[in-house]
Amino acid sequence: MGLVLKTENINKHFKKPVLFHVLKDIGFEVKKGEFASIMGKSGCGKSTLLYILSTMDTDYEGKLYLNDDLVTGKPQTELSRIRNKYIGFVFQFHYLLSEFSVLENVMLPAKKLAEKTDAEIEHNAMEKLNMLNIGHLVNKRASRISGGEKQRVAIARALINDPSILMGDEPTGNLDSYNSENVFQIFKKLKEEQGLSLLVVTHDVDFAERTDRIIQMEDGRVIS
Amino acid sequence: MINWKVILGIAKTHLVTKMKSTVTASLGVTFGIGAYITLVSFMTGLNKMLDDLILNQTPDIHLYNEIEPSEKQPIAFFEEYANALNVVHSVKPKQSQTKIHNALPILSHLRKDKSIRGATPQIRTQIFYLSGSIELGGNLAGIDVMEEVRLYNMNDYIVKGSPEALQNTENGILLGAGVAKKMSLDVGDRIQISTAKGDVFPLKIVGIYQSGISDIDNIQSFAKLKTVQRILGEAENYITDINIKLFNIDLAVPMAGQLEQQFKVKATDIKEANAQFETGTTIRNLITYSVSITLLIVAGFGIYNILNMLIYEKMKDIAILKATGFSGLDVQLIFMSQAVLIGVIGGLSGLAIGFGLSRLIDNVAFETEALPTITTYPINYNPWFYVIGITFAMLSTFVAGYLPSNKARKIDPVRIIRGT
Repeated sequence: MGLVLKTENINKHFKKPVLFHVLKDIGFEVKKGEFASIMGKSGCGKSTLLYILSTMDTDYEGKLYLNDDLVTGKPQTELSRIRNKYIGFVFQFHYLLSEFSVLENVMLPAKKLAEKTDAEIEHNAMEKLNMLNIGHLVNKRASRISGGEKQRVAIARALINDPSILMGDEPTGNLDSYNSENVFQIFKKLKEEQGLSLLVVTHDVDFAERTDRIIQMEDGRVIS
Repeated sequence: MINWKVILGIAKTHLVTKMKSTVTASLGVTFGIGAYITLVSFMTGLNKMLDDLILNQTPDIHLYNEIEPSEKQPIAFFEEYANALNVVHSVKPKQSQTKIHNALPILSHLRKDKSIRGATPQIRTQIFYLSGSIELGGNLAGIDVMEEVRLYNMNDYIVKGSPEALQNTENGILLGAGVAKKMSLDVGDRIQISTAKGDVFPLKIVGIYQSGISDIDNIQSFAKLKTVQRILGEAENYITDINIKLFNIDLAVPMAGQLEQQFKVKATDIKEANAQFETGTTIRNLITYSVSITLLIVAGFGIYNILNMLIYEKMKDIAILKATGFSGLDVQLIFMSQAVLIGVIGGLSGLAIGFGLSRLIDNVAFETEALPTITTYPINYNPWFYVIGITFAMLSTFVAGYLPSNKARKIDPVRIIRGT
């Protein structure tokens, strides 16, 4: 099986307020179709690592490969395109565009990619929303739906361009246990039915233990 | 590569959902541009009216014989005193005639010139208006009245009677309004005038002349050339002044110099005669433009402010757009297009408001004794003002939008999402 994600000796320093070595020689891989989670205490650098992996943060040393392709050092516009096409991202706080409808929120990344017609995009978006059981919300404003629904909309948005990997930064951190379970089941279904690779940062031990692999971090290092 | 449809769609949604700020920002531009259009139309209209007031009545070049001392005094002709220091006391003006020598050939020569719109002969002389034992000093000008009407819009200033009446009446006079009022005379009455030599002539009043400048209206009257020649007892070639109107006023200065040499007469051009007047026009234009530009800059700051606020408000949205694959440039274009849309909407409605206010001012009654031809406030509807207005609106909103949107482009999504 091929690798979706691979890191080699990633180091990162925070320069303000004082010089601080956050990530130390990070090197790990995520295989295609793998559901991995990153665990560790607060401040151990797991979110920082995730933002580097998502290509949003470029201020680091080391090498990052996505689909066996070196991403490190590419220009910003190219990175934007890579994020758009290959990476789906789900945040702790849902982060939807509150002025847009649910459907528009989901369609936006696909419209940006502009590989399909608007009709196709809308069809795909409806498909994703129905799969996540929120098809009835399409025309509501994103600010008018509940927290659990918002997180599912965010997942639908992350999936709209059929990415190679879905990343989550504590996607269940802000949800009650019922909705957390719901999100976990969705992730699991995506992995099993569509072979999607997932990498999720979480504090939730129950959540992590049910994933394929736990990457344990401590003080900026991967320890297992 | 830039997906305008998506960018404009997002910009539109932002503008529509933030209707209040959008309207406020647009209104800033609207009032700036509206005030600019109104101000500049009104001010230049006023300027043009004042220009016309002077220019209509002033010839571009005025030919006449100046009474002045000879430049070369007789002593200078003696070779014996060539190297001496000669002092002449009590220099007298040179004895010369007031009439222009060979005036009729000069006139017909000038009328053949293609750059000259018209050349009119005049006879200017001092007279007294007689009313019983009272004598009022004044000026009488003999004119070719139909040419004066054609070249200097004289009929604008004939408030009673008509130029044709003067043309057709042998002993007619066009009396200054001030004189007519002082002597309680009206069209159809008779007036006696006396020349400097003491000859008295009765003339029939065929019209009243009012220039709007009371010093002129109190003394000036007009009659036909022939009438004045007869009053003065002079021949038909007696002409004291020639007024020239050009097609292109800029030629006045070089042409005046050339005519002075060619015909050995004094020639003054319009710029020389009205130097202070042009300064006034320049300064009024300067004031108009500085006020207008101030208004537009204030509007620009309004837009800058509102976009800045909007970007702070939309920080999270910007982060999310960047996280989902929009590049910095995309984000910048989203906010730039909002600024430009505000500029277009505000600018166009500003033009409309400016035009409306101009129309309103144009219809306000403005009647003054001094300006007999003006009934409403003057407005200059120059389409260039509208072009400049909308260009400036676009330009100022572009600049006002560029700075905040550039900031949006540089926002680091990681910092926003992590909340640090």
